[in-house]
Amino acid sequence: MLGRNAAGIYWMFRYLERCENNARLLRAGLRISMTQYDHAGQDWESVLIATSIKTLFDKIYNECNSSSVINFILREKENPSSVISSIDKARQNARMIRTVLTKEVFESINEIYFNLKRLLKRPVTEQSLPKTIDIIQRQSALVRGCLHGTMLRNDVYDFARLGTFVERADNTARILDMKYHILLPAVSYVGSSVDISQWENILRSVSAYQSYRWLNENELNPQGICNYLILDDRLPRSLNFCSKNISLNLKSLSQSYSASFCSVKMSSGQFLYLKQLAIEEIFKNGLHEFLSTFLVKLNSISNQIEKDFRFYK
Amino acid sequence: MSFYNEMFEDDGNARLCYLKYLEWLNAPEQTDLIKRKEEAENVFRRTGITFNVYSEKEETEKLIPFDLIPRILTGDEWKIIQRGVEQRVKAINSFLWDIYHHQEIIKAGIIPHSLIEQNEAFLPEMIGFTPPSGIYTHIAGIDLVRTSEKEFFVLEDNVRTPSGVSYMIENRETMYNMFPELFSKIKVRSVTEYPAKLLRALKASSPQLLNDSTVAVLTPGMYNSAYFEHSFLADQMGVELVESQDLQIIDGRVAMRTTQGFKIIDVLYRRVDDMFLDPLSFNENSALGVPGIMDVYKSGSITIANAPGTGIADDKAIYSYIPEIIRFYTGQKALLKNVETWLCRNKEHLQYVLENMSSLVVKEVHGSGGYGMLIGPAASKQELSAFKKKLVRNPANYIAQPTLSLSTVPVLKKSGLVPRHVDLRPFALVSRDNVFVTDGGLTRVALKKGSLVVNSSQGGGTKDTWILENN
Repeated sequence: MLGRNAAGIYWMFRYLERCENNARLLRAGLRISMTQYDHAGQDWESVLIATSIKTLFDKIYNECNSSSVINFILREKENPSSVISSIDKARQNARMIRTVLTKEVFESINEIYFNLKRLLKRPVTEQSLPKTIDIIQRQSALVRGCLHGTMLRNDVYDFARLGTFVERADNTARILDMKYHILLPAVSYVGSSVDISQWENILRSVSAYQSYRWLNENELNPQGICNYLILDDRLPRSLNFCSKNISLNLKSLSQSYSASFCSVKMSSGQFLYLKQLAIEEIFKNGLHEFLSTFLVKLNSISNQIEKDFRFYK
Repeated sequence: MSFYNEMFEDDGNARLCYLKYLEWLNAPEQTDLIKRKEEAENVFRRTGITFNVYSEKEETEKLIPFDLIPRILTGDEWKIIQRGVEQRVKAINSFLWDIYHHQEIIKAGIIPHSLIEQNEAFLPEMIGFTPPSGIYTHIAGIDLVRTSEKEFFVLEDNVRTPSGVSYMIENRETMYNMFPELFSKIKVRSVTEYPAKLLRALKASSPQLLNDSTVAVLTPGMYNSAYFEHSFLADQMGVELVESQDLQIIDGRVAMRTTQGFKIIDVLYRRVDDMFLDPLSFNENSALGVPGIMDVYKSGSITIANAPGTGIADDKAIYSYIPEIIRFYTGQKALLKNVETWLCRNKEHLQYVLENMSSLVVKEVHGSGGYGMLIGPAASKQELSAFKKKLVRNPANYIAQPTLSLSTVPVLKKSGLVPRHVDLRPFALVSRDNVFVTDGGLTRVALKKGSLVVNSSQGGGTKDTWILENN
C-alpha cells in the first residue's frame, strides 16, 4: 500500500478517536455541572484543562461558562481539536484514501460528517447537549463497527488500529496528567465532595466509571483510579491496554511485511515495561513524571511509525 | 425550431423503445416517483459522488443533479454510434502518429501546417517518438448530439483525459438499487464491466511484455473537480491512486512510495493535464506532476495513458478537419457527421460569423466546460456586441457552429414529464488491435427550459443511458 495511504488511514482513525474523546469529555463536564452546585463555571473549566487547550480558549472567549466551553469543544473551527475540526480532518483523510476503504467504512464516515455538520451548524445548548453527544458517540461507533465488520485484516487494518490506540493512549494519559494534582492525596481535599466529584469526572471522561464500580465496589481512591487507568489490561482505554495493542498491531505489520522495524522494538519495550510496573512505584517516582515520560515515548513511537512505513518520504 | 423528442412522437404516442418503460411509469404505484428523487440524491451524497466547485467557499462539494427518467436507445441506433466512434478513434490515433512523425497529412495539403505548429496542444517533445504499443489515446469520450431519428452529430472529441465514466456506472447502480423490477422487465445492456476492460486495456499497453504489470492512476488530488472519478476508477480496478508526492524516478523508472519501499509503475493512467505532467519539460511550477517522467517515458520504460500531446487531435480548430482525417487514414467516409464549423482564424469565415452571430454558437478553441461560449439565439444585443469585440480582437481563438436543434428527453418535474435537451458521451477504450465502445454512455441534460447547455458546471444534470438488447 502507498505510504501516503497508510498515513491517511492512521490519521483518519486518530481524528475519529479524538472526536469521540471530546464528546466523552463534555458528557463528564455536563454531569459534574448538574451534580455540583457550588462550583459552576469551574467544572467547565476543568473540562478545558483536560484537553490542554485552555490558552487557545482564553484567546477566543472572554468568559468560561457552559455555552462557551460547549461551543469551543464542539463547534469552534479555530480549535484544531474540536469535534467539527476533527471530523472534518477524519473525512478529508477518508476521501484521500477511499481506495483502501470498504464502501461501508467510507459511507459511514461520510454520513457522520454530514450529520455533524448539520447538527453543529448552530450553537448547542446545555439542553440539547446530551442528544448531540449521543449522536457523536453512536456515529463513531458505526464507523468502528463497519471497520471491524467489513475490512480485511491486513496492513490497512493495522494502521487504522494503530491510529486509534495511539490517540486513545495519548488522551487517557493527558487527562490523568492534567488532573494529577487532585489524584495526589492533598490533605485539605481528601474526603471532600469536590475531590470525589473530580475523581468521578476523570473516570467518566474515559468511559470507565461504570466498570470501575463493578470492580471496586464504588471505592473511589486516587491509587485505585490510577491503577485502573494506567495498568489494568482489561480496560480498553488504559495505557496498558493501548500499549499492548500498539505493540500487537506493529508486530502484525512486521509479520506481513516479513521485515523488522524500530517501532516494533520500541512499542514492545514500552508494553513490557508497563506490564511489570506497580502503581506504588509510579506514585513513588511521581505520577506527573511517569505520564510525561509516557507521552514522550508514545510520541516517539508515533514518529517512528511514520518513518518505518514511509508515511511522508 | 422544432426538436426531436426521443420519447414521444409528434402526435404524443410513445416511441417503440420507450413503450415498456412507459407502461411501468404509468402504473398506479409510480405516482410518487418525484419523492424518490430525494432518495437518489441521498445515495449520491452518502456515496460521496460529488464534484468540487472552486468558486464557493462553504459548500465546495456539489451533487450533479440526477434525473430518474432513463434515456433509451435501441440496439440498432447504438450500432450506428458504436461504429462511428470506433472509426473516429482509430483515425484519430493514426492522425496522432502521423503528426508526430512524417506529417503526411500536411504534405498532402489537407491540414495547414500553421494549425499544427502554432498550436499549444502540439508537443514538440513527442516528435519522432512512438508510445509503447503505438497508442496515443487509450481512453476517448466522443460528445454526440442527436437532431432527428437517424441523425447524430459529433460535437466534440475528448481524447486527452475525458471524464464522466464514473457517473455512467454510478447512475446505473443507483437505478439498479431503486428500481430493480424495471431491469427484470426490460433487458438493458450492462455497463459495469468498464473498469475491468479499462484495466485490461491499460495492462495490454505496458512497455514490457509482463505477466503482471503495475498500473496506477495519477490524480492532481482531492481538490480536483473530478477527484471522485479518479478514486472510483482506481478502486474499481484495484490499483493505487497516486499523487505527485508519491512518485519518484528511481534508476530510470517511475516508482511509487509504498509502506514497503518503492514500487515500479509500468502503466500510468494520468488524470493530470499535459502541461502539469513534468515540471522539467512543461510548466516548471507544476506541483502535480513528476519531474523527469518525460525522460523515462521517452526511454520506453513507462506507458502514459493517454499519451502526452494527444490534445492536438481534439482541439476545436482541428475538429472541423476530422471528416477529412478519417478519409485520409481509413479511406472511408465518416460514419458520424461533424457539425458545420467556421474557423474565425479564416477571414471569410470570420466575416460570416460576425454577420450571422445571432444564429450561431461561438466557442473558444481551447475552452471547455461550457465556459466562455456564446449562444447567439439566447444572447442579448449587449452580449452580442461585447462578444463581437472579443472575437475581432483575437479571431484565431474562436470557432462558430450553427445552433443545433438538440433532441430532447423528458425529465421528471412536479408537473410531470417535461422535455429537456440532451447530449451523449460514449466512451471508447483502445487496445493494440481493437477499439471497445462501452454499451452506454453519459447522457447530460440541460435542466432549464429551452437551455442547450448541458455542462454540469452550468447547472446540467445526468441521466442513466440504456442501450436495449435487440430482440
